Amino acid sequence: MTITDPSAFGSQPSGQDDPSVRPSLVEGVNEDFSSVTDAVAGIAEIPVERTNRAWIICFAISVSLLGMLGMLILHLITTGVGVWGNNNPAYWGWPIVNFVFWVGIGHAGTLISAILFLTRQNWRTGVNRAAEAMTIFAVVCAGMFPGIHIGRVWVAYWLFPLPNQMAMWPNFRSPLLWDVFAVSTYASVSLLFWYMGMVPDLATFRDRAVNNTRRIAYGIFSLGWTGSSRHWHVYERAYLLLAALATPLVLSVHSVVSFDFAVSQLPGWHTTIFPPYFVAGAIFSGFAMVLTLMIPARQFFGLKHIITMRHIDVMCRILMATGLMVGYAYSIEFFIAWYGGVQYESFAFVNRAFGNYWWAYWIMVTCNVIIPQLFWSKKLRANLWVVMIVSITTNIGMWFERFVIAVTSLSRDFVPSSWGYFSPTWVDVTMFIGSFGLFFTLFLLFLRFLPVVAIAEVKTVMPQAHAHGEDHGESHSAGGSAAAPASRHDA
Amino acid sequence: MSDQKKNDEIHGVVAYFDDVDSVMSAARKVRDAGYKKWDAYTPFPVHGIDEAMGTKPTILPWIVLGMGLTGMACGLLLQWYTNAYDYVFLISGKPNWSLPANIPVTFEVVILFSAYTAFFAMLGLNKLPHLSNPLHKLPKFRRVTADRFAICVEAKDPNFDADRVRAILGADTSEMEDCPVDTSRAALPLWFHAVMALVTCATFIPLSLAVKGRFATSEKPRYHVWPDMDFQRKRKTQTGWEGFEDGRSMRLPVEGTIPRGELRDDFELYFGVAQGSSVPPRATYDAGSMGGEKHEWLQSFPTAVVVDEALLERGRERYGIYCGVCHGAQGNGLGAVALRAKAIDAEQWGWVSPKALQSDSAKAYTNGELFHIASHGISSMKGYGSQITPKDRWAIVAFVRAIQASQALPKAPADLPEGVDFEPVPTIKDVRLSEASVDAPAGGTEPAGEAR
Repeated sequence: MTITDPSAFGSQPSGQDDPSVRPSLVEGVNEDFSSVTDAVAGIAEIPVERTNRAWIICFAISVSLLGMLGMLILHLITTGVGVWGNNNPAYWGWPIVNFVFWVGIGHAGTLISAILFLTRQNWRTGVNRAAEAMTIFAVVCAGMFPGIHIGRVWVAYWLFPLPNQMAMWPNFRSPLLWDVFAVSTYASVSLLFWYMGMVPDLATFRDRAVNNTRRIAYGIFSLGWTGSSRHWHVYERAYLLLAALATPLVLSVHSVVSFDFAVSQLPGWHTTIFPPYFVAGAIFSGFAMVLTLMIPARQFFGLKHIITMRHIDVMCRILMATGLMVGYAYSIEFFIAWYGGVQYESFAFVNRAFGNYWWAYWIMVTCNVIIPQLFWSKKLRANLWVVMIVSITTNIGMWFERFVIAVTSLSRDFVPSSWGYFSPTWVDVTMFIGSFGLFFTLFLLFLRFLPVVAIAEVKTVMPQAHAHGEDHGESHSAGGSAAAPASRHDA
Repeated sequence: MSDQKKNDEIHGVVAYFDDVDSVMSAARKVRDAGYKKWDAYTPFPVHGIDEAMGTKPTILPWIVLGMGLTGMACGLLLQWYTNAYDYVFLISGKPNWSLPANIPVTFEVVILFSAYTAFFAMLGLNKLPHLSNPLHKLPKFRRVTADRFAICVEAKDPNFDADRVRAILGADTSEMEDCPVDTSRAALPLWFHAVMALVTCATFIPLSLAVKGRFATSEKPRYHVWPDMDFQRKRKTQTGWEGFEDGRSMRLPVEGTIPRGELRDDFELYFGVAQGSSVPPRATYDAGSMGGEKHEWLQSFPTAVVVDEALLERGRERYGIYCGVCHGAQGNGLGAVALRAKAIDAEQWGWVSPKALQSDSAKAYTNGELFHIASHGISSMKGYGSQITPKDRWAIVAFVRAIQASQALPKAPADLPEGVDFEPVPTIKDVRLSEASVDAPAGGTEPAGEAR
């Protein structure tokens, strides 16, 4: 966080039209530390009776869907997994599709927090907190599906290497067990990362608290943080280490998820391209979800000067880049299926595009490869309606990608006598909708009660955060950083 | 020290600053004045303040490295112990322990250990959580987490002198105050103590139930929290049920039908009697009653059984498995069970010693009778018909005949044609000599307790 590169916010005193100069990270001429604090903390401090009406409506819908999800899970557990459409030969139906879909979404948060932190992409500060929160809530949704998919949920502890009366241990050569370790490590490390980043901001909330309930609640969770520079010193080192650890972790998680498929021998699954292809797809879908969430949030909560158009522009470009990577993976799969000369593989891919599930395949290609090409145009990247629509179609496309991978391969394996056609039941559909209820309930609570923007981090990238004067030759660049908002103003 | 008394009363001197430059400037002055117990408080990490304060680099990365390596060792050990040592998985003939498959989990455990260490060691090094800090009592200090900066020099510093500190900080500060020592100790309300006492007692209930379950005995069946498929609405074999008239849960075959695989039309093979004669009862062999019925026992072998070397070999193998433990490997009636029965004098409880198969009475049985005895037993011997297939029983009969025949061969193969490879089966005498050492009855031509 302190590792800020002053040149990142425009060291040259020139106009905004100069493409070599980036616009400032926090927009507005008169922004200072107090106004940033007020803008972010103000959201959580609105009295209950004056809560945003849109928030209340969204929350009511989300909680209803969450309640429906709870009833459906109860129905599933008391009746059995037969309530789903999973049946021979497609034993991995929607639950696993939903799992991969959600865990993929849960990648953008840690990517923004960790990888962009390590690569000194200071623009991340505006969106990283919300993206991390999104990650955790998406992983909660993701973890739920395999959890209930195991059938007898009361023996879910068999997944873990715990001593038991059967004197048995889990099989560590199974990718499904790797998945248990990868997803649970990812969930808990993401939670730590998110919480640790939030501690100083919770202390800000504590010190602004207007009543005892808030003071005690935020006081406990801020752990008595004072803003001591000696604490900041250790804290920043810990944050850097967590970022360095989370970076390979985030790449490993979806790789391991892809092993669930790639280590099996089913045509269409057994390919070495799966790990990078899944990771690119995860980042793609994650950024789409960040955009879907951030655009309304900045609109409703008055954060347009902190989550700026520049953030949206950068995320659109990442979306397009990862979309192209995914498109490349789709085409190279076909090439390898032909070049490999295995008739089962060739059949699997031809069947994907032109077989029973051709409609799913072409929805996937349209949403993931064709529509994001709109973002070549700067004008369209600046049109929030276009960005919103593309981010939503990307989410739809990425769900279909997982559906295409899981279901087309399973329903057409080696032996034609076991071929089948997968049809979801009403429980499949409503449970997937209900998982959005879980996700949005958590996310809306986060928006309402926690610091949605990393306040302390945003302050570090403001020009005022840098000392002027004689100390260790920073005068030049510091002066430049101070000039940046001025130049924007001129423009 | 005249200031000593005053120093005890204040926690320290706090100066407030409005921008980064002034707090950095003041921090350098305090550092240069040689103070140790002081700190700068900022709403965000200020770039360069570590140098201005003279903060030494933290050892946190080394702690994390150490725990990361510990995590690697734990991850590998866990997988080795569970999958290669304690509960070995054999998968497609792969080695029990091969690193590549263990890399993903090891990697995740390394990350898990390191990340938790980074977080909790950060808290530990910063002595957090620290909820009752005297600085939190200062209303002005609350803005430090928003937009203000502060420096507090603590009275605990050996060089602390309030006036000197004020002079040093005074140049850059916008506001200064003394932080009093926090003497208030918030008393928890009485109900809180009561509730906590009750909760603490309640936490022992599950533990005591577990201890009771572990050590007490009960006649009640275990409580099935999750019945799974333990109780099903079905009738099991060999149980009664009032739903059928005969009170059995199982049904008998329909009159006049034969279950698949149960057709016994080859009398020679299945019963050891001539085709078309009366079928002997499925009863333990009794020479008297059997003889009374005059069954046409087969003298030779059934036509379905070809007596060749393979059959004899099969018979030798089956004999070793099923018969040898009592009748002895050489058929002398001195198997391990027989010797043990002799040693404990089992005859007093009705034990009948196994017959020496070379005895004349054993040789006198027809093949059919031997087959019947193998199938249904004789005296205290139980039948093996349910365990050994008919053809294997015939193989055993053939092998028993071979044993009986071999006992008559000369020890030295003088009479044999040239070039025949022959090694004599040990005679019963040899066997007895060798087994005499293991508490066998020495001497005597036949074991006691001939079958009826």
